[in-house]
Amino acid sequence: MAALETFYDVIRRQGISRRSFLKFCSLAAASMGLPPAMAGRIAHAMETKPRIPVLWVHGLECTCCSESFIRSAHPLAKDVILSMISLDYDPVIMAAAGDQAEAALEDTIQRYKGNYILAVEGNPPLNEDGMFCIVGGKPFTEQLKHAAKDAMAVISWGSCASWGCVQAAHPNPTQATPVHKVITDKPVIKVPGCPPIAEVMTGVVTYMLTFGRLPELDRQGRPKMFYSQRIHDKCYRRPHFDAGQFVEEWDDEGARKGYCLYKMGCKGPTTYNACSTTRWNEGVSFPIQSGHGCIGCSEDGFWDKGSFYERLTDIKQFGIEANADKIGMTAAGVAGAAIATHAALSAVKRARAGKGENQ
Amino acid sequence: MTVQTDPKDLAVHETPPGEAHARTSVYVYEAPVRLWHWINALAIVVLSVTGYLIGSPLHSTGGSGTDNFLMGGIRFVHFTAAYVFAIGFLARLYWAFVGNHHARQLFTLPFWNGAWWRELFGELKWYLFLEKEPKKYVGHNPLAHAVMFFVITLGSIFMILTGFALYAEGTGHDSWQWAAFGWMTAIFPNTQGLHTWHHLGMWVIILFVMVHVYAAVREDIMSRQSIISTMISGERMFKDNRP
Ligand code: HEM
Ligand code: HEM
Ligand code: SF4
Repeated sequence: MAALETFYDVIRRQGISRRSFLKFCSLAAASMGLPPAMAGRIAHAMETKPRIPVLWVHGLECTCCSESFIRSAHPLAKDVILSMISLDYDPVIMAAAGDQAEAALEDTIQRYKGNYILAVEGNPPLNEDGMFCIVGGKPFTEQLKHAAKDAMAVISWGSCASWGCVQAAHPNPTQATPVHKVITDKPVIKVPGCPPIAEVMTGVVTYMLTFGRLPELDRQGRPKMFYSQRIHDKCYRRPHFDAGQFVEEWDDEGARKGYCLYKMGCKGPTTYNACSTTRWNEGVSFPIQSGHGCIGCSEDGFWDKGSFYERLTDIKQFGIEANADKIGMTAAGVAGAAIATHAALSAVKRARAGKGENQ
Repeated sequence: MTVQTDPKDLAVHETPPGEAHARTSVYVYEAPVRLWHWINALAIVVLSVTGYLIGSPLHSTGGSGTDNFLMGGIRFVHFTAAYVFAIGFLARLYWAFVGNHHARQLFTLPFWNGAWWRELFGELKWYLFLEKEPKKYVGHNPLAHAVMFFVITLGSIFMILTGFALYAEGTGHDSWQWAAFGWMTAIFPNTQGLHTWHHLGMWVIILFVMVHVYAAVREDIMSRQSIISTMISGERMFKDNRP
């Protein structure tokens, strides 16, 4: 195994001060909800541990995960986050191309067997033997399986890799399939979101480098430190929700006052992500802060869960547009009419019987 | 589910002993069953009203957020009634073990019993005006029994599972609710599905209540036994002595 530079070596070589480096470590600790003392441990790991080789492969996707990742908020990020790992293969940002790029992939697999991380952005389409996504002349499914075979762990970046996202939305013509359904013999860490928050992405990598193990995952395979609470649990508009103060229409008084967006279809109550705490673009804002409800982009199948602007989920099984209340009220109406008819017929029957028995 | 149906679940044929009077009565529903029935009915009404308002909240309130707790209050009432409903269900289940024969009816279904099925269709015919006279039952008639089993016994379990799984989302991953019901999210990875099913469950129960109350009133008038007063006093009175 070739000696790898540490993260610290790399950033010092790039002219970043030790002070900035320590600042990054404290911030990283805070973002993962670790006590301040852990910043020291992170610094130590960065100074001593070799960088983790990472292969970053791309299936059916739009590259928004990469776009997000390279915008990690901390000042160091643009220079350094990418140096924290040894990104040996990433067709989107690597200089090499063609055979040269594919050789880099092969080289890392051979040299670091069992020690590299496979980061997957996008997902493999399985229909037509995977012909809907070709990388290096072969179906992406093959590259994915090949690269996963000797990986230490797999990171599913974004909703595509984690759940399927838009290309897997009904009727999913290419049979786009999330990574964990194709790679079943390796730990898969899901980092969903469309895209995931940059700090969450770097946080996951920092954790693995620091502690040399995978972060604790929830039932769905997402790192608990970022995905254990809903947007709704930490939303700054929550007091308006509890008070019953809602935006009823775009541009009404409530919208101007920043009331809760529940009635406008906000999916915050069912969405697990860190947006309401970490926010986006250096902590500037997040969708709800800008006046639009959460669309639940980090949740399973969010494209197929009805309108982004309706509180009650559409139920499409009935062919027409419906939700639980419309179906229920229709059924109750029918039942009510049936009961009324039945009661009338019963009264007639009783009247007749009464006459017959002459009571 | 019993293979052998207790004859007590089937129609009454023999004339009860001590015959001289025109009307006879049997003590059917013990006090805990009756108490549970009415508490449970009340809890369901409260849960349905507040549940509906959780899905489609009242019009926005104005003023200061600090002085208002309308939505929070509605949800609080829903959760309180939910605990009454869930604990009541467990208590009723307990009573099925220690109570009389009729206390068990709600939790058992004589699925394999031919006679029970024939009587169920007989009761259906009575409701379809094809039968001149219904049979007499000490406990629930087979049709009511079947519907109660599916909608109330299984339905309550469904509402408790989905409801507490939703509740666990709020109480958080460290809570006992999450430990006990969090596995539901493995079935509904996107909990929007939990909301929708929980909501549809409400409508199924509302349909049951509509039919149930109508049937109770109708049978009270038209059948050959007391109905409504039975759920109040526990005594089943038969209006005639014919089999
Ligand atoms: C939310 C409303 C209600 C629910 C969920 C409900 C549910 C039930 C259930 C589960 C039973 C079976 C009891 C057992 O075996 O332990 C039952 C029996 C009964 N309920 Fe209700 N009930 C409701 C409202 C009412 C109302 C308003 C009335 C009166 C008009 C009523 C009258 C009765 C009667 C008379 C029985 C006994 C039936 C028999 O004699 O076989 N219920 N109900
Ligand atoms: C007969 C029983 C029940 C009925 C009819 C009922 C009805 C409803 C309805 C209609 C909703 C709105 C669903 C939506 O978001 O569209 C709801 C929400 C909810 N229910 Fe129930 N429910 C029942 C029992 C329970 C139980 C046993 C619990 C357990 C604690 C529970 C907890 C909840 C929770 C946590 C919510 C979501 C509240 C929120 O999103 O703020 N429910 N219920
Ligand atoms: S805006 Fe959305 S996330 Fe925020 S409190 Fe309202 S419903 Fe919850």
